[in-house]
Amino acid sequence: MSRIRDAFKNGKAFIPFVTGGDPDLETTEKLVIAMAKAGADVIEIGLAFSDPVAEGLVIQAASKRALDAGTTTDKLFDSIKNIRKEVDTPLIIMTYINPVYAYGFEKFFTKCKEVGVDGIIVPDIPYEEKHEVSDVCEKYGVDFISMVAPTSNDRIKTICSEATGFIYCVSSLGVTGVRSEFTANLSGMVETIRSVTDVPVAIGFGISSPEQAKEMATISDGAIIGSAIVKIVEKYGRDAVEPVAEFVKSVKEAVRS
Amino acid sequence: MAEGRFGEFGGQYVPETLMNAVNELNEAYNHYKNDPEFIKELDDLYKNYAGRPSGLYYAENMTKDLGGAKIYLKREDLNHTGAHKINNCLGQCLLAKKMGKKRVIAETGAGQHGVATATVAALMGLECEVYMGKLDTERQALNCYRMELLGAKVHPVTSGTQTLKDAVNEALREWTRRVSDTHYVIGSVMGPHPFPTMVRDFQAIISRETKQQMLELEGRLPDAVLACVGGGSNAIGSFYDFIPDKSVRLIGCEAAGRGVDTKETAATIATGTMGIFHGMKSLFCQDEYGQIAPVYSISAGLDYPGIGPEHAELFKEGRAEYVSITDDEAVDAFEYLSRTEGIIPAIESSHAVAYALKLAPTLDKDKIIVITISGRGDKDVAAMARYRGRELFDN
Repeated sequence: MSRIRDAFKNGKAFIPFVTGGDPDLETTEKLVIAMAKAGADVIEIGLAFSDPVAEGLVIQAASKRALDAGTTTDKLFDSIKNIRKEVDTPLIIMTYINPVYAYGFEKFFTKCKEVGVDGIIVPDIPYEEKHEVSDVCEKYGVDFISMVAPTSNDRIKTICSEATGFIYCVSSLGVTGVRSEFTANLSGMVETIRSVTDVPVAIGFGISSPEQAKEMATISDGAIIGSAIVKIVEKYGRDAVEPVAEFVKSVKEAVRS
Repeated sequence: MAEGRFGEFGGQYVPETLMNAVNELNEAYNHYKNDPEFIKELDDLYKNYAGRPSGLYYAENMTKDLGGAKIYLKREDLNHTGAHKINNCLGQCLLAKKMGKKRVIAETGAGQHGVATATVAALMGLECEVYMGKLDTERQALNCYRMELLGAKVHPVTSGTQTLKDAVNEALREWTRRVSDTHYVIGSVMGPHPFPTMVRDFQAIISRETKQQMLELEGRLPDAVLACVGGGSNAIGSFYDFIPDKSVRLIGCEAAGRGVDTKETAATIATGTMGIFHGMKSLFCQDEYGQIAPVYSISAGLDYPGIGPEHAELFKEGRAEYVSITDDEAVDAFEYLSRTEGIIPAIESSHAVAYALKLAPTLDKDKIIVITISGRGDKDVAAMARYRGRELFDN
C-alpha cells in the first residue's frame, strides 16, 4: 500500500508545495520540516527546471532563484535525505521530465527510494508517454502521480485506471498560479474520476486561501497549494519558515473542519 | 508510447491539458491532408498568394568564382513574406479554419514565422497573437512592427534568455490557458506529434519543386542539398523528397555562434545530448542535470537549443550530415552572396551559403549542389551593419 494513499485516510488532506533551493536548500529543509509539523499530509518539493512550461510567473521566478543559487538534482536529494531524518510525512518531487531523463530513470528512482521520496509529479508526461517513466517508478516503489485536466473528458477513464498514490485534479485551464475562478464543473470531474477508481483525488492549480482549500477539499479528498506558499517564501526569503508554517496550519485547519 | 516517432525521437510530451487538443489536431490533419478540397485550396494559396513555385536559380557568378561544383539556389526568399515560413502557415491556418478555430498564436525568433502567421491570419480572418523573446523584439524591431501592421498582437517575452526557446514556452503556456478556440501554429518541425510530421509535410513542397526543377534543368538529381537548421523546418522541407535518393547528400548547417567549443553556440547536433523538451524527445543543448542551455547565435531564427526529432533520426542513421557555421562565417557569406549574385540572404540562410563556400571548391565541376535560401535578408541589414561597426539608425 502506498504511503501517499495512506495519508488520505485521516480525513481531507492538505498538500503544500515548495520549490527546492528557493532561496537556498537549507531554508527548504527547514520549510519542509515546519510544514510537516504544521499538519501537512503530503509535501511536494519542486526540483527546479530551467523552462517550466506548466508554471505561472511565481513558480517560474522561484525555479530561477533555486537554479541561480546552485541547486542541482544531487544537492536536492542530499537535502531530502536530511529532511527524512526528522519527517515521516510522504514526500513528492514535482519536476519536469528532462531533469529526470538526464539523470537517468534508473538512477533517479533508485535515489528516490534511497532518500525516501514517495512519489513524483511530472506535468509534461501525459498518459501516452508515462510508461517509460512509471515502469521504473513501480520498480522502486515510487508513486507516479497522474494528472487530470478540465479538458481530459473521455481520457479520464484511461488515465485513472492506472493511477497510483493520488490523482492530481487540475482545477482550471492554464498554468499554476493564484486565481479566483475555477472550472465550472469541478465536482463533476471528481465524480467521473471516482466512478473509475478509488484512488484519492486532490485538487490543485490556483488555490491560495484556506477558504478556497476548504471548498476544494469538500468536493474532493484534498487540496494542493503551491504558488501562494512560494509567494510567502519570495517575500520573506530565509525568514519564511514561520509565516509558511502559520499558513500551512491555517489551511490544514480549514480543510479538516 | 504515443505515436509520431522517428526512431526513438519525437513523441507527445505535453501537459494533460493539451492532450485532447493535439489528438484532435492529429485527427483533423489526417483527414484533411487527403481531402481533395483542402489540397486544392492549399495549392491555390501556394500558387496565387505565396507566389509558388519558388525559382531554382543557377548562381553562375558564384559557381565561376568558387571554381567547383555548379551551384543552384532554391529561392524561398522570393515567397510572399520573404521566407519559407509561409508554406507552413498557410497549411496550418487553413487547417485551423477547417477545425473551427477563431484564433491563432505563434512563437517567433527572427520574426519571419510571426510575420507569416500574422499575414495568413489577416488573410483568413483569424485573431493572431505572437510571442517573441524581448531580446529578439529588439534585434528584429522591423518585423515586430510588421506584425502589428498586419493586425497581430506581439507579446515580448521577458523570461529566461528572452529568445526563441522562451517564446515557445510562453506560447505553450498561453495554449493551455485558452485551448478550445485557439490553434498554436508551431513554426518549425518541433513540438509534440503531429507538429513535426505536419510541418514537414507543409514544407516538403520545397524539395518536391526542387526535384522537378532540377530534372527539367539538368536532367538529373543534385549531388548535395544544403539548408540551415535551427528547429529544422526549411531543412527538412529541402531534404524530404530526396531522402530515398541515396546519391544526394543532405547537409544541415547549424549555427555555431562564436564556436562549438564555446558556450555561445546553438549547434545542437554538434554539442547537444538526448533530452525531452518542448513536447519531443530529441537532441538538446543542456547541462549534465538536464537544465536547458542558454544558447546563442547571431541569427535569431537559429538561436534555439533543440532540433526537430526527424533531423535527430536522420543524423543518427547517417542519412543526413550536419555541420556548424560560426557567426563570422555566416556574416561573410551574407556579404558574399549580396555582392556576387545581388541576392541578400537571411542571416539564417547565410549559414547554408557559408558551408557552400567551403564545399563547392572541393567538388568537381560536374557536381551540382543546391542551397536553400530560406529567407531574404532585408530584416538583417541593420544588424549586419552593426556587426561591422556601423549604426544605421539613431537610437
